[in-house]
Amino acid sequence: MAETTANETAAPAASAGETRRDFIFIAAGAVGAVGAALTAWPFIDQMNPAADTRAMATTEVDLASLQAGQQIVITWQGKPVFVRHRTPAEIEAAQRDDYAALKDPATDASRLVQANGAAGKPAFLIVQAACTHLGCIPTFAAGDYKGWMCACHGSQYDTSGRIRRGPAPLNLALAPYTYLTDTSIRIG
Amino acid sequence: MAGPSTYQPASGFTRWLDTRLPILRLAHDSFVAYPTPRNLNYWWTFGAVLSMCLVVQIVTGIVLAMHYAPSIHDAFASVQRIRRDVPWGWLIQPIHAVGASMFFLAVYIHMFRGLYYGSYKAPREVLWILGCVIYLLMVATAFLGYSLPWGQMSFWAATVITNLLGAVPVVGTAIRDWLMGGFAIDNPTLNRFFSLHYLLPFLIVGVVVLHVWALHEAGQNNPAGVDPKEKGDTVPFTPHATMKDLFITVVFLLLFGLFVFYMPDALGHPDNYIPADPLVTPTHIVPEWYLLPFYAILRAIDFNVGPIDSKLGGVILMFGAIAVLFVLPWLDTSRVRSMRYRPIAQQFFLIFVVVCIALGWCGAQQPAAPVIPHPAFKADLRWVEGGTSATRTVTATSERDAVAGFEAAAQEMRQAGAQLVLVNRTSPTQATLTGVSGGTEQRATVQGRDLDALEAEIGKRKASLGAASVPFVEVDRKEPFVFTVTRFSQILTAYYFLFFLGILPLLGLRETASRVPDTIAKSIRGGAH
Amino acid sequence: MRAHCLAALAAALALFATPQAHAETQQAHPHAEKWSFSGPFGTYDRASVQRGFLVYETVCAACHSLRHLSYRNLGEEGGPFAAYRVFNEETGQHETTLGLHGGHEGKLVEIQDNPYVAAIAAAVMIPDIDRDTGEATERAGRPSDRFRSPYPNPIAARAANGGALPPDLSVITLARHDGANYVHSLLTGYSDPPAGVDVVQGKYYNRYFAGGWIAMPPPLASADMVTYSDGTAATPEQMARDVTHFLAWASDPKMEMRKSLGLQSMAFLLVLTFLVYLAYKQVWRGTKH
Repeated sequence: MAETTANETAAPAASAGETRRDFIFIAAGAVGAVGAALTAWPFIDQMNPAADTRAMATTEVDLASLQAGQQIVITWQGKPVFVRHRTPAEIEAAQRDDYAALKDPATDASRLVQANGAAGKPAFLIVQAACTHLGCIPTFAAGDYKGWMCACHGSQYDTSGRIRRGPAPLNLALAPYTYLTDTSIRIG
Repeated sequence: MAGPSTYQPASGFTRWLDTRLPILRLAHDSFVAYPTPRNLNYWWTFGAVLSMCLVVQIVTGIVLAMHYAPSIHDAFASVQRIRRDVPWGWLIQPIHAVGASMFFLAVYIHMFRGLYYGSYKAPREVLWILGCVIYLLMVATAFLGYSLPWGQMSFWAATVITNLLGAVPVVGTAIRDWLMGGFAIDNPTLNRFFSLHYLLPFLIVGVVVLHVWALHEAGQNNPAGVDPKEKGDTVPFTPHATMKDLFITVVFLLLFGLFVFYMPDALGHPDNYIPADPLVTPTHIVPEWYLLPFYAILRAIDFNVGPIDSKLGGVILMFGAIAVLFVLPWLDTSRVRSMRYRPIAQQFFLIFVVVCIALGWCGAQQPAAPVIPHPAFKADLRWVEGGTSATRTVTATSERDAVAGFEAAAQEMRQAGAQLVLVNRTSPTQATLTGVSGGTEQRATVQGRDLDALEAEIGKRKASLGAASVPFVEVDRKEPFVFTVTRFSQILTAYYFLFFLGILPLLGLRETASRVPDTIAKSIRGGAH
Repeated sequence: MRAHCLAALAAALALFATPQAHAETQQAHPHAEKWSFSGPFGTYDRASVQRGFLVYETVCAACHSLRHLSYRNLGEEGGPFAAYRVFNEETGQHETTLGLHGGHEGKLVEIQDNPYVAAIAAAVMIPDIDRDTGEATERAGRPSDRFRSPYPNPIAARAANGGALPPDLSVITLARHDGANYVHSLLTGYSDPPAGVDVVQGKYYNRYFAGGWIAMPPPLASADMVTYSDGTAATPEQMARDVTHFLAWASDPKMEMRKSLGLQSMAFLLVLTFLVYLAYKQVWRGTKH
């Protein structure tokens, strides 16, 4: 008994022995910590959108049946999107305010650009329907600017979907779309 | 055992915290300074392995629950989606599935260690019983979880196990319907199974806390089975026990990884990749390997005992096999803890281990299958060639006397010189007796590997004799004794219960133990371990 | 004690080694084939999976669904039609190639831009609901669509197949013992019934099928049921091998990923085991136990 106790406590080891000992502990600890960190990643990443969600269908919309002054709300990637057929008056109003004092400056033309960079058609505005404040869906043709008004917290958008008044910080986000034919588009 | 606390708060903050919430003191006393017998062997590291398994199952389980859909229409597809589309789902799902097996592997090692070294004996009875509770909860959780992928095995295992409850007299059916939330395993069942499968692991965590508390109160047992007496008998839990536990845990992870990465489906059953179909039962249903011994016990009872029918008997014995563990501390009468010093008990224990493994094997087999290749089925044939046959119709007075009456008539014909008599019963009270006499009697024996083969052989022989010269052939079938899996299970089950209810209680009173060392230090110097 | 342990272990092993009681039917064991995907380092043979997909689409898909797969899966990492942007040194241009060849580096093409998958999906008409009228309609497939099922529901499938339900093939090689060998053996295992076996009307004898009689007519009975674009001769044996390879991939598309991560993980764990062992021995040095 006595000799084991002596061995345990005395440890008259040379500093070389201690260095080796420290090295082992540090190496094992470091490798273990790296392993734990790497292991954590899958458990975090699993909450990201899955492959089926990411590959969610693109949405095709037929514009022929959409009358001027109307909009339809369609879903793309599970989110609502406004497709609005603007009247000439609405287009004019939108273009007139291109250089007004805007919270989030943008010209009407820049808000019509297709996903591939080509210019869009003034008659059809395609924007995401989520208010940039906290995500409610704004009401069609309401508010002072006759674009949209969000009933949740009073944000008002013009007929180009630009934020004009209220707590929302940004214009309604564009939805990436391209014309397939003159009267049909694909979103996504 | 816990002794006075040796915790010394090092900094101002820890001193401040210590007077308000002494959680660091608790951790220090429980997992750092806690005195651990120095002679613990590797079998003592499985508590740590089990903690790791529990954490892995809970973490992966919570992740899977984020993607799983507990509906009979979507469950199977949602598991497929996890394996195919969810980021890392292809890794996390197999970890959870394989993890269940690993958990049970570790718990069985842990339990057999406790049995061998007498870790259930005073003052650790409550510790042991809490362990049994954990094991029961594990079985329940595993069973519930197995039903969730909604494959064929999921569905039929759930059906079979819920039907077990139907064996309970009087209220069985009511309980079963209550549990299923319907009259068959269906959507309500799946929903509640999912809910309970999520709940039970947290109950396990709670009981584990009690288990560890009880452990730290009574102190750890050790291979010598003698209590530590002096300071030199123990080492501090950290770093000594923690490093050793960590080492085995990492080794265990290697085995775990081997299955997860290279054999993720080896421990499962292919039928569970077939979506559940309430109209088709798989030809051979088996539980997961870790429940096979109990399944074998359940099926071993194929006879009624008084008012207890075979089904209820099987259920009673199956639950009894676990229940007996709860009272084990009072069944084992030996005052010596460790079987290291009980040479005879050691033999019985080893047989017990083999019996448990053999029960597992039985559980995986078809119950009627022969365990060892049996001798062929034989039949003795007798016929008479070239004789004359006479026919006689006998009518008995009543149905009850018919057989005796026919036999008496046949006997008469024999005495009158018939070499062979065929009794052909045509109605409950009537038979046609055909006797042959005056020919040469022939005998032959035919055999076949099984009953079908034997019948085929008999048919062949009859056909070769031809109807013209031989009016009939007397066939005396002799079935060999077939040692079926059921019969084998019965013997093994008997030993299982004998070990707990007979051997351990009686042996403790009669045996002569070898000399138990006084101290742990002596046991180390003795060398044996 | 140790000798006892060994004896007990040996007894236990001997028990497991006892030949399995024969099944109730005279089902033949699947013939063991060599597959590129077996073993700890095995990978799928991409060309074979591609050919097998053609066999599935042309032959099997007439009756068997593959409902847990989408067309996009074909073009995902590890899939048979995964496309890559590769730099062509001769032309000095980036080009899209099917798979990676000869150790070239390339970036996986996003599924929306994969021309091979788009073409495969577009060739299939997918049932849909007309957005304006709510009527049932059909449209050309997209990569995100699930594989089109041949029947609208199991009842229709049974009705069209004399009461037998053609199983979904999504996980078929996992849903059978010795899956790949089983599928291959079944596809090539049709024969006349042995003498003395009663013929079952409307079924076909196949010694690898439980019970011996299967409702599926020999699916790959003649050569050249498909035309392989890579010039491989489409013999029944070759088609059976290829479609088995495809179904093995379909059942477990992440297998290669799992094995390669497994190799890294096991190597890491071995190093960690070694280091922890040293640390453990260091801690216990001088403590007799």
